[in-house]
Amino acid sequence: MRSLSYLLIGIFFGITMYKSEAASWFRIYEMFKFDAFHMYGIIGTAVALGVLMVLVIKKFKIKSFYGETIAFDPKDKSIPRYALGGLIFGLGWALAGACPGPMFTLVGAGYVPILVVIAAAIAGTYAYGLLRKRLPH
Amino acid sequence: MEWITQPWPWYVSGAAIALVMFLLLMVGKNFGMSANLRTLCTICGAGRSSDFFRFDWASQKWNLVVVAGAIIGGFIASHYLTPQDAVLINPETVAELKGLGFESAGAAYLPTELFGTDRLTDFKSIGLLAIGGFLVGFGARYAGGCTSGHAISGLSNLQWPSLLAVIGFFAGGMIMIYLLFPLIF
Repeated sequence: MRSLSYLLIGIFFGITMYKSEAASWFRIYEMFKFDAFHMYGIIGTAVALGVLMVLVIKKFKIKSFYGETIAFDPKDKSIPRYALGGLIFGLGWALAGACPGPMFTLVGAGYVPILVVIAAAIAGTYAYGLLRKRLPH
Repeated sequence: MEWITQPWPWYVSGAAIALVMFLLLMVGKNFGMSANLRTLCTICGAGRSSDFFRFDWASQKWNLVVVAGAIIGGFIASHYLTPQDAVLINPETVAELKGLGFESAGAAYLPTELFGTDRLTDFKSIGLLAIGGFLVGFGARYAGGCTSGHAISGLSNLQWPSLLAVIGFFAGGMIMIYLLFPLIF
């Protein structure tokens, strides 16, 4: 039952990524060129509603559908990992034109070469795991 | 129902993403897609070479189910909900991309110059996709999250590390497009 809910949420997410065109390489390029408001509108709307949602959940101590407390894990406080990791991610995001959600949406849409991006992203994650102790965090 | 087959406007798209995050919170989970890349490493046996991958991946099964859904959603949206899939970006951007050699700009969902199936035998295209994917995977894990974990979930919870990561995403993206694209394409 719970697995079905995750699947349905995933399907809705996949449809949203495709229909919003956030999964389009062209939209990502246009965003980094500041040539359109579209992507900023999407992220801005999601974050504005998200902030409100998190505030309401915390204030009224809203429980999950299963009666559990909803936990928000604060991020570790440090500078290098976010600045450097973010920079590296951004370089890849602009080149491949897809971040880790839309990558999978594009598999469903039938773009075979996106499998190369996914395989390389898994390899990149693996490389981070190997080098982690030698990187500034 | 006409609107559903059109590209969704930004306010509908943004609200839909917020709804995804809300639903995941309400089923007791968090919105973060790049964590799946780590789980896939663990499933492939990466725990043998790094303790970063030694964790109980069964606790992340739910997220892989979300991924399976995202694949199905992509299939449904592209096959049944999008009769015309050309992404109508800014005409100036189209002209600029054509100058870089992207003739499919303004006429396709993804550039056929990189994502056409015939490109699978093109060393340069595949190499660029592989480099891009590698940087995404490495950077997301280094930064501890990607667009969903930092730009949406983290910013919604007013986490300054997430803001820093998002600034990093944009700095990296702009370096790639303004400085490196003219050298690559």
